[in-house]
Amino acid sequence: MAVASADTAIRTSRITRAFIYLFLLLFALFYLLPFGIMLVNSLKPLSEITGGNMIALPQDWTIAPWLSAWSTAQIGVEPTGLRPYFINSLVMAVPAVVLSTVVGALNGYVLTKWQFRGSTIIFGLLLFSCFIPFQIVLIPMARILGLLDIAGTTPGLILVHFVYGIGFTTLYFRNYYAAFPTELVRAAQIDGAGFFQIFWRIMLPSSGPIIAVSFIWQFTNIWNDFLFGASFASGGSAPMTVALNNLVNSSTGVREYNVHFAGAIMAAAPTLLVYIVAGRYFVRGLMAGSVKG
Amino acid sequence: MGFLDIDNVTKSYGAVEVLHKVDIEVHEGEFLVLVGPSGCGKSTLLNMIAGLEGISSGEIRIKDRVMNGVHPSRRNIAMVFQSYALYPNMTVGQNITFGLEMHGTPKSEREKAMKDVAQLLQIEPLLDRKPGQLSGGQRQRVAMGRALVRNPDVFLFDEPLSNLDAKLRVDMRIEIKKLHQRLGTTIVYVTHDQIEAMTLSTRIAVMFDGYVQQLGTPKEIYDAPANLFVATFMGSPAMNVLPATLVERDGALHALISAADGKERALRIENAPPAYATYKDAKVLLGIRPEAITDPEGADRNARNIQHLTNKVTVIEPAGADTFVTMTLSGKDCIARMRADADVIPGRDFAFAINMDKAVLFDPKTEQRIA
Repeated sequence: MAVASADTAIRTSRITRAFIYLFLLLFALFYLLPFGIMLVNSLKPLSEITGGNMIALPQDWTIAPWLSAWSTAQIGVEPTGLRPYFINSLVMAVPAVVLSTVVGALNGYVLTKWQFRGSTIIFGLLLFSCFIPFQIVLIPMARILGLLDIAGTTPGLILVHFVYGIGFTTLYFRNYYAAFPTELVRAAQIDGAGFFQIFWRIMLPSSGPIIAVSFIWQFTNIWNDFLFGASFASGGSAPMTVALNNLVNSSTGVREYNVHFAGAIMAAAPTLLVYIVAGRYFVRGLMAGSVKG
Repeated sequence: MGFLDIDNVTKSYGAVEVLHKVDIEVHEGEFLVLVGPSGCGKSTLLNMIAGLEGISSGEIRIKDRVMNGVHPSRRNIAMVFQSYALYPNMTVGQNITFGLEMHGTPKSEREKAMKDVAQLLQIEPLLDRKPGQLSGGQRQRVAMGRALVRNPDVFLFDEPLSNLDAKLRVDMRIEIKKLHQRLGTTIVYVTHDQIEAMTLSTRIAVMFDGYVQQLGTPKEIYDAPANLFVATFMGSPAMNVLPATLVERDGALHALISAADGKERALRIENAPPAYATYKDAKVLLGIRPEAITDPEGADRNARNIQHLTNKVTVIEPAGADTFVTMTLSGKDCIARMRADADVIPGRDFAFAINMDKAVLFDPKTEQRIA
């Protein structure tokens, strides 16, 4: 009797498992389909697309659309390809991500381990910045960038993203450090470590997962941002997203869909890569931060 | 002048005073235990000695140097935390030497100090491991190593054994005592466990509600508790406290209590302190430790005043080494501690012997001991 029931239990679990995997596979296909179509069409000559066969694999494989999108396509008025704008985006995103993460970590450290009168209120105000729609800050931000004389430049965009990101990164690090034992900080104080030594030697080495979360979140947001890029950067200093828009929306000549697809994949690639490399830390870090708030 | 002076120290948060005029003088080499229930202010006091919390008024001095406002790292103290607070990202060796590194000790000296301490605590094989790979007892040793390596004036222990299981706790207790006897260091130790307090300390400060209720040697605290709180907090099972009336019969004072049968029993008191006279014919609380109530054969042979009393036994609890016998006296449960093989049967009458030398009286209103 016991043997029989054990047998059925295994069989049921196998069938359930098969269903689960089938389901997951279907969903994976569903989500991968748009990306697949982009990839397939970016490797076709334009004639095959305009011929009306979007789904089929290329008959004539070519990487010419990729080369064109990267270095020769018409962006706005210049035939520069996306390359300079890709570099713009990197130059903008990397410092903004690093700066906002470092400041967020410091804020979280102070707000949990060096609490002062009114620290909760300050945290509340910082949180507020997470909920303010981008559009509201456009005009004040433009004024500040103008005053600092960095309007329309990449440093200007770095500042915008850095400031806008602090709210989120502070939230992440504060929640993470709230669960971090205060006794460790006290022990380090007695051992003679100062404010920054404790931060550098004790807190940061234990912050791996939340640094990953902050990096992924900030990088994705900053890389994908269009509004700030379109508002505060012009011409040669525009980020990738704006350049992609200019590529796709150029109204002269033939619409080169294959080049557009290639450009879109280029624009999406870095965030995709970040997720693939650090995605598991992202989930782990989000969980760790949510244990105690 | 003590080695560590806690001089009229108070602590308040806003208008709320949580520690009231604490005044303790700790001598060099003394093992002072601060004991009390949670929320009594013992950890706050320890943190104030460490410099982790500010002092609202009064003074803390170590070796006659005023410590108010001095940074924790400059007080030459070391602290062992309840959670051990080992740095998770560093190896055991780095954990132990971190303090020396922060104080700018040269590397060769740090290595030597680390080796000495590791040898003392027998943790040499662990030096390259991370705290996460250690057992509770090993972490405890490393935490003590981190404190010892600095060679501080005063060691502060904040409930260091409460995260260990029962057996390990007893082992580590003995280790700490051995260490203190060998090194002769000055230790302030916080615990809520009265057995730790009794066994480890040279002196105990029993705290409750932000007041030091009594400061004294373990024997003083146990035998002559200053008030009802100290009497019932220290000792396990707790001291029996029985409502009684003090009367004079045949030229001697007697404490009148009622037995389970509702009839009166008189316990003669010898060598009564003069203060007892003022409570003649008044209500008092009679405090008797469980081990002062035994069977007649098990009574202390050196006791001068054994009073006999027959009463009905309600419950017996054999605990291996002893048997705890519960009876009703003056309407309260009263526990007696018998030899393991005492012949006691629940529901029957039994002849108890009460060692009245050890009995104490409390004023029912002020709850202070009458003496």
